Amino acid sequence: METLNYLLQGFAVALTFENLMFAALGALLGTLVGALPGLGPANGVAILIPLAFSLGLSAQASLILLTAVYAGAMYGGRISSILLNIPGDEPAMMTCLDGHPMALKGKAAESLAISAMASFIGSFIATIGLVILAPWLARFALKFGPAEYFALFTLAFATLGGITGKNQFKTIIAACIGLMIATVGVDLSTGNQRYTYDILELYEGIDFIIAIVGLFAISELLFFIEKHQGNGLKKVTLNKLKLSLKDIVNILPTSLRGSILGFFAGVLPGAGASLGSFISYTLEKKVARDKSQFGKGDPRGIAAPEAGNNASANGALVPMLTLGVPGSGTTAVLLAMLVSLNIQPGPMLFTQNADLVWGVIAALFIGNLILLLMNIPMVGVFVKLLSVPPKYLMPIVTLIASVGIFAISGSALDLFFMIGFGIMGYVLRKLDIPLVPIILGMLLGPEMEKSLRHALTLSDGNWSVLWSSSLSVSIWALALLGLVLPYLIGPILRRRMANSSADTTQVHTKAQTHAKTQSANINTESEITES
Amino acid sequence: MKKYKLARKILAVALVGVFSQSSIAFEQSRSIDCIAPAAPGGGWDFTCRSIGKVMSDLDIISGTVQTNNMPGAGGGVAFAHVVGKRKKDSSLMVASSTSTTTRLAQRQFPGMDPEGVRWAGAVGADFGVIAVGNSSPYNTLNELIDAIKKDPKQVKFAGGSAAGGWDHLKVLIAAKSGGVTDLKHIPYLAFAGGAEALTQVVGGHISAFTGDVSEIIGFLDSGDVRVLAVLSDERLPAPLNDLPTAKEQNIEAVAPNWRGFYVPKNISDEAYQWWVQSLDQIYVSEQWQAVMRQSGLMPFHKTGAEFKTFVDQQVQDIRAISKDVGLIR
Repeated sequence: METLNYLLQGFAVALTFENLMFAALGALLGTLVGALPGLGPANGVAILIPLAFSLGLSAQASLILLTAVYAGAMYGGRISSILLNIPGDEPAMMTCLDGHPMALKGKAAESLAISAMASFIGSFIATIGLVILAPWLARFALKFGPAEYFALFTLAFATLGGITGKNQFKTIIAACIGLMIATVGVDLSTGNQRYTYDILELYEGIDFIIAIVGLFAISELLFFIEKHQGNGLKKVTLNKLKLSLKDIVNILPTSLRGSILGFFAGVLPGAGASLGSFISYTLEKKVARDKSQFGKGDPRGIAAPEAGNNASANGALVPMLTLGVPGSGTTAVLLAMLVSLNIQPGPMLFTQNADLVWGVIAALFIGNLILLLMNIPMVGVFVKLLSVPPKYLMPIVTLIASVGIFAISGSALDLFFMIGFGIMGYVLRKLDIPLVPIILGMLLGPEMEKSLRHALTLSDGNWSVLWSSSLSVSIWALALLGLVLPYLIGPILRRRMANSSADTTQVHTKAQTHAKTQSANINTESEITES
Repeated sequence: MKKYKLARKILAVALVGVFSQSSIAFEQSRSIDCIAPAAPGGGWDFTCRSIGKVMSDLDIISGTVQTNNMPGAGGGVAFAHVVGKRKKDSSLMVASSTSTTTRLAQRQFPGMDPEGVRWAGAVGADFGVIAVGNSSPYNTLNELIDAIKKDPKQVKFAGGSAAGGWDHLKVLIAAKSGGVTDLKHIPYLAFAGGAEALTQVVGGHISAFTGDVSEIIGFLDSGDVRVLAVLSDERLPAPLNDLPTAKEQNIEAVAPNWRGFYVPKNISDEAYQWWVQSLDQIYVSEQWQAVMRQSGLMPFHKTGAEFKTFVDQQVQDIRAISKDVGLIR
């Protein structure tokens, strides 16, 4: 009941005109970013963070804007999957399987409408899950002492690559780069400076926001320059929407199953949205009586992965808000944003910043409704936007990024750092080293170090404190599982994902890892524009 | 210390000279700059923005106050900027607090000292607090101090500043006043913020919390924490008047985290006097009192020479205790 009260208060916050505007703006921008191939949700949120700073928004409004972008990106990913057979982001890969064949049959509008509805159901159910699970987990999280947190951060690192991750070695390299960057600045536990060389600007360490914007947004720009993608994607025309009530009712059970599976995949660390959409699709194929249409444009094959990936996106917010441990790349970016706004995520967030958290949760509900409304009647607008040439889009992105970074500190040095990170991001992506672990390393590294030192201070240097409670032992067990599973079932899962993609798509070989998906997108994009 | 005394004397003479003159001798420019030495959203940012609004509302200036965020080195970047580049800018104020004096005292801004700027005034404070979880065996500050006397490692403190920072120093100030001699071995666990530290105390993982009163207000009603002592001269105004002070328990520990401003060193005395008078006028205004109530700031008002004396004393005290525990040499 208490939860319900808080939620109602949250709605009062989210329904103010200003916040409603930001939710709508975020939903719009997010869908656009999600729809553009190559720009995933993590990049999308990263690119739009500076916007919040340039506009000088309050913490509340910034978070509402960015969670709406996040939710929007999950909606947007499906548009190019369906129309162009190019996933707008990695989780939307499974939507290609049935979405594109359906579009080829001349039912693109129906395919988009069904997927929008499934996305809505997925997000909606997962937000309810968030409302129920988050306060409960926040109370439970009080049981976490430094030793348990240390185990938890180890778990987060162990599952970094994700179960479907291919090259664990490169993930580890990336995480190490992040950890190294994180050691710059004052060491909380002793008050000493590390690697600051008496440069005042380095005393507080390197701001993650600058690293994020540089690594994601600026490297994106460099990729663009390299590919000379002056023109937009080919024009796509939409048919008139003909959708009966029966079509909607038909996909309801599918969407519900996908939502629940997706939500839990999101809550668990390491699983993430891609796996959420993959298992939802696989389950649907298993339970369906008539399997003949799968891969040829079955509406259920569109609804399942879309409900799954949107639900897991919201599920990933649960550990981020309650424990301060992000479950995915995008939530890591959101976490960095929270920290920059002087808001400490964790169990106390729900007590100390109740207005803010519940306002954001309520905004998720409202944002979803806005997204559904935007994505059914207005889908034509997004389709048009897809053909806006990047030569107009990328300079705008750069402008927003620079203004935003400058707005945070007013220091030109930060702009140089941003560009430096951009070049680093470009090189790393060329080497197929994923960027998300760098951010996680930067964010979680200092926390992990702090927990370890605290645990040891509390136990007077006795290391056995780290596995002295049943809670920490179970977290250690999970971490071990997270480390070993990719080697055991990872290859099987990857082969299956690749096989199911192979049935219908031509880009399957390139669409395996995140970095590869992106370069694949860029390749196919240029092929399309050239042909 | 001789140097300070001399400086104080010179300042006092200068001030007397200024007071005897007309106070309208200095004309402030239309708009002024307020540097918040941190990113948007923190305490200093809030100080600048709220004082800016009150200044405009009271027509102290005809234009507006522009808040300028300049994060870095816990205020060190802004301090160096003012000392190095804006030392004659009479339309510039910089938000500061006890953490500024702490860092100056511990020489954490390379090459800088408190004499590099002029201290204008403080317009409120958040007082230190020592609290425990509701299942803790300690009921008074004396019981806690006695336990530390027996075994310095007995009580472990969690706080939201780095080791050697203000939250850590509060523990040391209280313990020293309570007669603890082995200050060095009192364990202090540093967290990134008060909320995170409090979580660990409420969860029963760490014995005691050190922080500011504003950080625990939300937890008093829920009964999750028990305040052992507020580190203020007198009891706080209602509704916080049932919290005991350390002084009542015969422990002379006062730890205000004041919010105030410094201005550049080489501005004219008339300009400095303008700042002092403006801050006095702001402090007593209904608008500022409302800001204080909303943000949980407690009464604390010192300007001009009185504030300068206070800052010097605070720097001296912090330096002494930091030396005691080996934080600085």
